[in-house]
Amino acid sequence: MSNIPSDLKYAKSHEWLRVSGDTATVGITDHAQAELTDIVFVELPAVGRKVKAGEACAVVESVKTASDIYSPVSGEITAVNSAVVDNPALVNTAPDSDGWFYKIKLSNAAEVNALLSPEDYKKQIGG
Amino acid sequence: MLKRTALYSAHQKLGAKLIDFGGWEMPVQYTSITDEHLAVRQAAGIFDISHMGEVTVSGAGAEAFLNSVLTNDLRKLGSGQGQYTLMCNPAGGVIDDLYAYKLSVGVYFLIINASRIEPDVAWLKSQAAKFSGELHLTDASHNYAAIAIQGPRVKEFINLVIPGASRSVFQVNAVTDLKKNQIAGFNFENYSVFVSRTGYTGEDGFEIVGGDESIRHLWDKFLSVGQPFGLKPAGLGARDTLRTEVCYPLYGHELDEQTTPIEAGVGSFVAFDKGDFNGRSVLAQQKANGVKKKCVAFKMAEKSAPPRPHYPIWANDVRVGEVVSGTQSPSLNLGIGMGYVPPELAKPDTKIEIEIRGRRFAAVVVPKPIYKNV
Repeated sequence: MSNIPSDLKYAKSHEWLRVSGDTATVGITDHAQAELTDIVFVELPAVGRKVKAGEACAVVESVKTASDIYSPVSGEITAVNSAVVDNPALVNTAPDSDGWFYKIKLSNAAEVNALLSPEDYKKQIGG
Repeated sequence: MLKRTALYSAHQKLGAKLIDFGGWEMPVQYTSITDEHLAVRQAAGIFDISHMGEVTVSGAGAEAFLNSVLTNDLRKLGSGQGQYTLMCNPAGGVIDDLYAYKLSVGVYFLIINASRIEPDVAWLKSQAAKFSGELHLTDASHNYAAIAIQGPRVKEFINLVIPGASRSVFQVNAVTDLKKNQIAGFNFENYSVFVSRTGYTGEDGFEIVGGDESIRHLWDKFLSVGQPFGLKPAGLGARDTLRTEVCYPLYGHELDEQTTPIEAGVGSFVAFDKGDFNGRSVLAQQKANGVKKKCVAFKMAEKSAPPRPHYPIWANDVRVGEVVSGTQSPSLNLGIGMGYVPPELAKPDTKIEIEIRGRRFAAVVVPKPIYKNV
């Protein structure tokens, strides 16, 4: 059973978003890390890069496959989590806390409203 | 509709992730590829290999026929012995790689790749039609399921699961008396099964072929008897990382109909001294004059994403080839793979680069196998 924290917003493509003022933190969901298992490599966007909602901006690799990570919202990358680059297994052990991917300064706060609530995300993954 | 093996419901019960593998719905992993891989390296793993094909070839002409279509020399085999071999087209390209077992005089058993059953059988039949000796050739793939039990601790418990001496022409007192590449028939409960000391992981282990019901019973019995020894069910994901570490070729990756055994680095399984066989003239010419591409093993030499099939290989700013197998090695915890390069770049310690998503990363050619259990 996947952990779906109630204070996060969710993208259909299995990323989560934690909003704090005009910036947000992005990571992948517990369900996503469980599906991937054995995460061995994480590639993050450059700080300062501007991304659009739905744009592929990071890559996570398990033993078996490489998967694109899509930004749930538009904005500018302000920080990345070097801890997951050094220790990709953090994404498996703490997907919605220490295993975060990047922070983004929102360029269109209204996009957040279009994301899934915890309840809707739970329905999507059949949980 | 994907085909399902006799163990499909066993995989479901274990919560396996199932994928399409050559038209078969197969378990890619149960819990984690890394955990399953390490279980096989350190203790034991059990794999469903029922998708693989079986062909029986018998008759007074069987040995001569098979020696004319396979590259290795069957005359070297006594009853109860098997060998790795390849089946080539007249241009030397590989139709399949397989294991050929001699069960008794004039009776042979071939284990072929799941994805190659149809082309192999069609090719064998077309060749048999031109053969004049006594020959019976049967695709027995539908009659058999199969499992592989692999790992250093398997020998500690396999006799508990399949007790007693063999019941075949080839006599051994216990399953663990089989030596590498030997095969014998054993009774398990009321079933007859073939057990061979072979595998695809680089570890000691056995492969067992039998009817669906016998393999279902064996699967359950192995899981309960083997559990205290660290036995885990292992999927195709671990099977692929295990075989990549020890550089065993996988059809469709290292081998195809446009690639010869010499290019693939399995020339030691081509017997040039046995008379004519399909592909011989091309292979002999390549052995004497060299090849244009060679399959090499490599390790990543800097931190990078794992190499994957089809990633370009570069050397001295020239694109020189392509990765055919690549993964993160669970045993070594670094990116490893195999790929084809021109022969002048095939020597160990040659510096190459692997292109990953538009960037090139340093790698180095290493001797095969990449990993060796000590």
